[in-house]
Order: sequence, then C-alpha cells, then structure tokens
Amino acid sequence: MTDTTERVIDAAAELPDAPQAGELNEPGQAEARIAGPVTFAKALNAALADAMEADSSVVMFGEDVGALGGVFRITDGLTARFGTSRCFDTPLAEAGIMGMAVGMAMNGIRPVVEMQFDAFAYPAFEQVVSHVAKMPNRTKGKVKLPIVIRIPYAGGIGGVEHHCDSSESYYAHTPGLTVLAPATVRDAYTMLREAISYPDPVVFLEPKKLYWSKEVLDLAELRETFEASTAAPSIGRAVVARAGTDATLVAYGPSVPTAMAAAAAAAEEGRSLEVIDVRSIVPFDDETVCASVRKTGRAVVIAEAPGFASVASEIVARIQERCFHSLAAPVRRVTGFDVPYPSPKLEHFFLPSVDRILDTVDELQWEDQA
Amino acid sequence: MTISTGTNRAPGTAKTSEQPESAEAAMLPSATPVQLVDPNGTHTPHADYPLPDGGSLLAAYRKLVVGRRINDQANALVRQGRMAVYPSSHGQEACQVAAAVVLDRQDWLFPTYRDTVAVITRGVDPMEVLTLLRGDWHSGYDPLEHKVATQATPLATQLLHAVGVAHAAKLKGEDTVVLALCGDGATSEGDFHEALNFAAVFHVPVVFLIQNNEYAISVPLKSQTVAPSLAHKAIGYGMPGERVDGNDLAALLSVLGKAVTRARDGGGPTLVEAHTYRMQAHTNADDPSRYRSQDDVEKWIPKDPLSRMRTYLRELAVLDDDGEARIAAAAEEMAASLRNGLNTDPVVNPEDLFNFVFTEKTSQLREQADLLRGELSREESSEEVTP
Ligand SMILES: Cc1ncc(C[n+]2csc(CCOP(=O)(O)OP(=O)(O)O)c2C)c(N)n1
Repeated sequence: MTDTTERVIDAAAELPDAPQAGELNEPGQAEARIAGPVTFAKALNAALADAMEADSSVVMFGEDVGALGGVFRITDGLTARFGTSRCFDTPLAEAGIMGMAVGMAMNGIRPVVEMQFDAFAYPAFEQVVSHVAKMPNRTKGKVKLPIVIRIPYAGGIGGVEHHCDSSESYYAHTPGLTVLAPATVRDAYTMLREAISYPDPVVFLEPKKLYWSKEVLDLAELRETFEASTAAPSIGRAVVARAGTDATLVAYGPSVPTAMAAAAAAAEEGRSLEVIDVRSIVPFDDETVCASVRKTGRAVVIAEAPGFASVASEIVARIQERCFHSLAAPVRRVTGFDVPYPSPKLEHFFLPSVDRILDTVDELQWEDQA
Repeated sequence: MTISTGTNRAPGTAKTSEQPESAEAAMLPSATPVQLVDPNGTHTPHADYPLPDGGSLLAAYRKLVVGRRINDQANALVRQGRMAVYPSSHGQEACQVAAAVVLDRQDWLFPTYRDTVAVITRGVDPMEVLTLLRGDWHSGYDPLEHKVATQATPLATQLLHAVGVAHAAKLKGEDTVVLALCGDGATSEGDFHEALNFAAVFHVPVVFLIQNNEYAISVPLKSQTVAPSLAHKAIGYGMPGERVDGNDLAALLSVLGKAVTRARDGGGPTLVEAHTYRMQAHTNADDPSRYRSQDDVEKWIPKDPLSRMRTYLRELAVLDDDGEARIAAAAEEMAASLRNGLNTDPVVNPEDLFNFVFTEKTSQLREQADLLRGELSREESSEEVTP
C-alpha cells in the first residue's frame, strides 16, 4: 500500500512550481537583501528560522520535521542550523506532541508544533481543547501557553482522504484559541512571526494549496520591519485585499485567491467587488468587515469548510446583526457542501469556485434585475 | 535562556544495584509489591530498598495523619454543602504523602483530582487548593509558584504535560525531576501510552506513579487490563517498572526516592505502581454498593497506612504519647482551618469570566463583558426600587 502522505506529497509535487528537494535548504536566507519571487512555503520557513534565531526559547517539533524538513518542507534546514534540541522529530503521536508542548510552555519554552495534516490533528484535539485553550483561564492567567500549532490545512491539492479537512470551526469555537489563516506570502511570514511572539496559544492554519504560490518580496526587509515592530499587527486585523463599491466578498486562507479571481472576473462584467481577507479568524475584525459592507450594502462570505455551523455562518450572523440597515440584500455564503471532504476527482465540485461566487453575487437583488 | 545543543539522549542508563543484570531484568518489577513495614507494623527487609530512618518516617507519619484529617474534614464539608465535590484519598494517604515528600523544591508535581492531600502536603495553601472543589474557580493556586500543576480532571492528559516540563528542564539544563500521578483506570487512556513512550524516547526525568486503588469509578482493574501488573507495562516502553505496597509509607518513600534519584542522575523515567485501595466512594455522586461489597472494603482495613506506621514508630520508640498528641493537635488545627476557610461564601467576580480567556480581551469579549455588566447593574437598580 502506498503511504498516503507520500501520495499527497506526490500530488503537491505535481502542482506548478513545486520545489525540488533541497531547494529550501537554507533557512533564514533572508540575509540576501533582494526582492525576488518567494513561495508561501519559503516565507514560513524563513519566519521559523528568523524566530528561532531571534529567541532561543523557540523550539520546533513534530513528525518528520527534522531530517526531512516536514512533509511540506516548511522546517527544511532548521535541524541542521539549530540542532536537534531546537528542531526535532517526535514519536508518531499527536496527543503526545500537543501535551508535551503544554508542559514545555509551562516551563519557559515557546513550542511551535507541526501537525502533519489537518485531519491528523484530531488525536490531539483533547489536549488542544481541554488544556491548550483552557490552561491560562484555569489558572487565572498565571500559566500562559505561548504555543503555535501549525497545521497544513484545507484542500485543493488532490489529496487522498483525511488530508484536506477545513477544521477551523472546531478551533474557532473553542474559547482561548487564537485562530489565524494567512492567504498571502507576506502574511505567511509576518503572521507566523507574530504568532510565535504571541503570549497566547495560536492555531496557525496554512492553506496547503497556497504553499507554492509566489510573491515578489524582500525577506530581509520583512524581517527588519517585523523586528523593528514597525508593521501593523495582523492578529485581529482583516485587510481590504481589493477595493470595490458594489458588494463585499469576505474570505480567508485558501478562499482568498478564489475571491480575488472572482472580483477580477466581475470587474470585466462591470461589477466592482471589494474583497476582505479576514486573516485572523479569532479575534475577528468586525470593524473592517462591517465598514466594507456598510459601504457596499451587499456581502458574500466564502469559505471552503462545510457551511453548516461554520465560521462562514458566524461571519454572516455578525454582518446581519451589525449592518442590517445598510444591507440591500440578504448576506449569502459560498462554502463547501455539508459532506466529508471528497476524493480528488470530485473536489472541484465541492470547492467554492469563481463561477459559484459570481452566480451568488448575481442573486444579491440588484435593481437592474428587478 | 540557553538551550543545550546535541542529542536528546542522556548518557547511559544508570542502574545502581548489583551488576550484571540484563536490561529486561532491570526493567521488570519485583514479583510482589515492595514492602518494608507490614500491616502488623513489623519491618520486612528488602534487598534493593533500604528502610528510611526513624526521623524521616516520623516526619512523614505526621503528614499522613494530617492527610487523613484533611480527607475526613473535606468529606464532612461536602455533606454540609460547603464544598461541591470531594474525591477522597482516604486509605491512599501514604501515596499522597510520599509523592510530595520525595520531591525537592525545584521539582514538579502533577496531581489529579484525587490528589488534594499530595498538593497540600507539598505546601500549597489548603484554601487555594480547595478553590477547585468548592467551585469558585478551576485552579486556586499558581502552578508556577509552587511547581504543582493544576489538578487534572481529564484522565492521563497531565502525564504528557509532566513529560513536557521535564523535557524543557532538560533542554534548559535545570536540575528538575517531575512526578506525575494517575489512577489505574487512566492507564487505559492513549495519553498514558504516549506519555510513557515520549518520556522513554526523550529520556527525561519523570517518575510516573500509578495509584492502583482497584477501581475506576465502578470498573474493577480486571476489566481495565489483563497485564500481569500495571508496572509490567514499563518494559514495553523501555523503562524500569516497580510495584510497591501503596499502604506502606516506608516502602513508598524508598521506592519513589530511588526513582527520583535515578531521574535526577540522568537515568530517565520510571513507572511505579502502588497497590492501594479506595476505601470510600469515588465521589459523593457515587454509589459503591452497586459494584463492590462491604466485605471487600473491610479486608483492607487491617492494611491501613496509618495504623501500621504508628505501630512501627511506637516500637522504634521515636513516637510516644506526647508525640502523638502533638500530631493529633496539628491535624485538628488543619481541620479547623479548613472549616473556617470554607465557612464563608466565596466572593466571585463576574468580570473574571472574561478576564483570563486571552491575554488581551478581544472586541467580542469586551462587548460580552459590557452586556453582562449592563444586566447586572439593571438588576441592582431594580433590587433597589423593590420595597
Ligand atoms: C478522559 C476522561 N474520561 C472519563 C472521565 C470520567 N472519570 C472521572 S474519574 C474516572 C475514573 C478514573 O479511575 P482511575 O484512573 O482508576 O482513578 P481513581 O478515580 O480511581 O483515582 C472517570 C471514568 C474523565 N475524567 N476523563
């Protein structure tokens, strides 16, 4: 039997611009002061290396994160550079990884753990919900747990079952967890560094399908900006990813590029859509989202996860509660269907697509259609 | 902070007793639980475990008597409605005391809900400890200050935290040993397995102490496992296991003391199974008559940890009437302080609901706090107008 992980890696390798083995081999390459094409994966790798360089209490561990550099190579080169005390492989046991991180954080370490895939974090769920999320509360803030739980997350990579879950609602529903889902290469770097310096536990969701997306960036400059604290914080702050006037698309993580593509297509049809990249699911930035919706009067929330009882539902409810008098149409959702994540041949039917978004936008009670 | 570099493994597994012995033999527990003072109060010598001296035994006995008094007083306070629930360790006090006594100041204790006496014996203010069981807040003490983790309710989860604290201590080069407690039922949980495996693989200074009190609520040990003993599980993880008479304070101090020393010297983790018995109900919500007979319970009365240590110490002549009176007075003093402390209703602050979820309140939490504040002030003003 083929190892499922390998097969997913194969699938990832088939994506355009997949790195060759060793391509990410020099962590913290940020020294080179040049702007060039940087992948999402490389930005995460650089963020880890820079964070470990800046703070010797940052320790990275998980399954296959050492010699292999993680199945997505996000931890590539960290063991070589920082030693096995700072980046190491654990036995194959997610509750073990998570529970050990709790104890390490109690004793002055800042653990960053990698859960190999979204659905394989479930064995650790008990530790996350009962301890990671609650320890600071149980102890009236005496015990802080500055843990980052990195999770390669969501679909769109042709992965086999259990490799593509959108699990954000489980975490977002749990008070005490900060939940982030970056969508751009710049945010991948900055938000991971913010997460590592954050005093509270952070669930850091890395959209797998964006790992090999690229942006032209100067990583050295990013690092300097971050370390000089001149950048505006991303945790708790949504951004306007594209300005528009007719309707607002609200998206996060893997759905942001889809929303951007939809807005670009709509522009060609003469409709101006604003795109909000939520970035920070918890805490949620009502202000930025509502300012946009009040301006446009219409909103569509886009997310890959099944829509029932989801983060998308929560966002819709918040918009209805706060912007009711500005709304010209009911707030709509475009989400995954309420089915287990489908197999590769079916996933394109499941995922929110540009067409599905545009069709939904068309249904927002426009006067010209009345 | 500096973290030492290099491999996770500490040099060589230290085995102090006579060589040569196979690795397997060194990991297997003794054929019968280690005992140093039998139920008649007689010293029963053991080749591997020396009897602690009279002075240390007397000091520990005093804590045993106080521990029993805590259990009995806490039960009474539950009956009086002063405390929501109390999982008593009556009959298991020797384990409780030994677990606290074998640790140094810089060491960590990881207790469960049943280990209140161990936490108090470790030196945490009893009123802060009982906060949890009274229902004012989840944990009333600062774990970092006392190096005592919050009393764990989800079974076996704390064992992994113990491994994490020990692993961090090792990375930082601290001289810290961690002792983690759990029950027999908890050994069936996945976290128990993961904790032992992690501890062995990372070779960290942790002592796991299972208080095998024969029942997990209503389920007897034989329905929990068919292993020869719980201590036998150790060899499967590659660490030594040992069985000890859990009602024998002397044996517990010796066995746990050796395991702690071994851990401190870089010898890695040990699994200790203490054979004891839960003399009372699981909690006040439990009806033990449904699953065990009073006859079975009574069989354990002669094995009581207090009476045998008392007999032994009297025979050794380190304990006399005077000493007993002083110990009894200390126990009464503890009981009185518990009664007094729990006599007043706790003052709770509704704002606290929102204060410790995140380091900084999110805008969502600020709104919810405002909502509650508004509700409460309206209630107050409506109370004022009612005649
Ligand atoms: C994960 C989990 N499952 C179930 C429970 C409910 N529960 C509380 S105590 C208990 C029995 C535990 O038995 P044991 O580990 O032998 O400890 P003891 O209470 O006898 O000290 C159970 C099932 C729990 N606390 N945690």
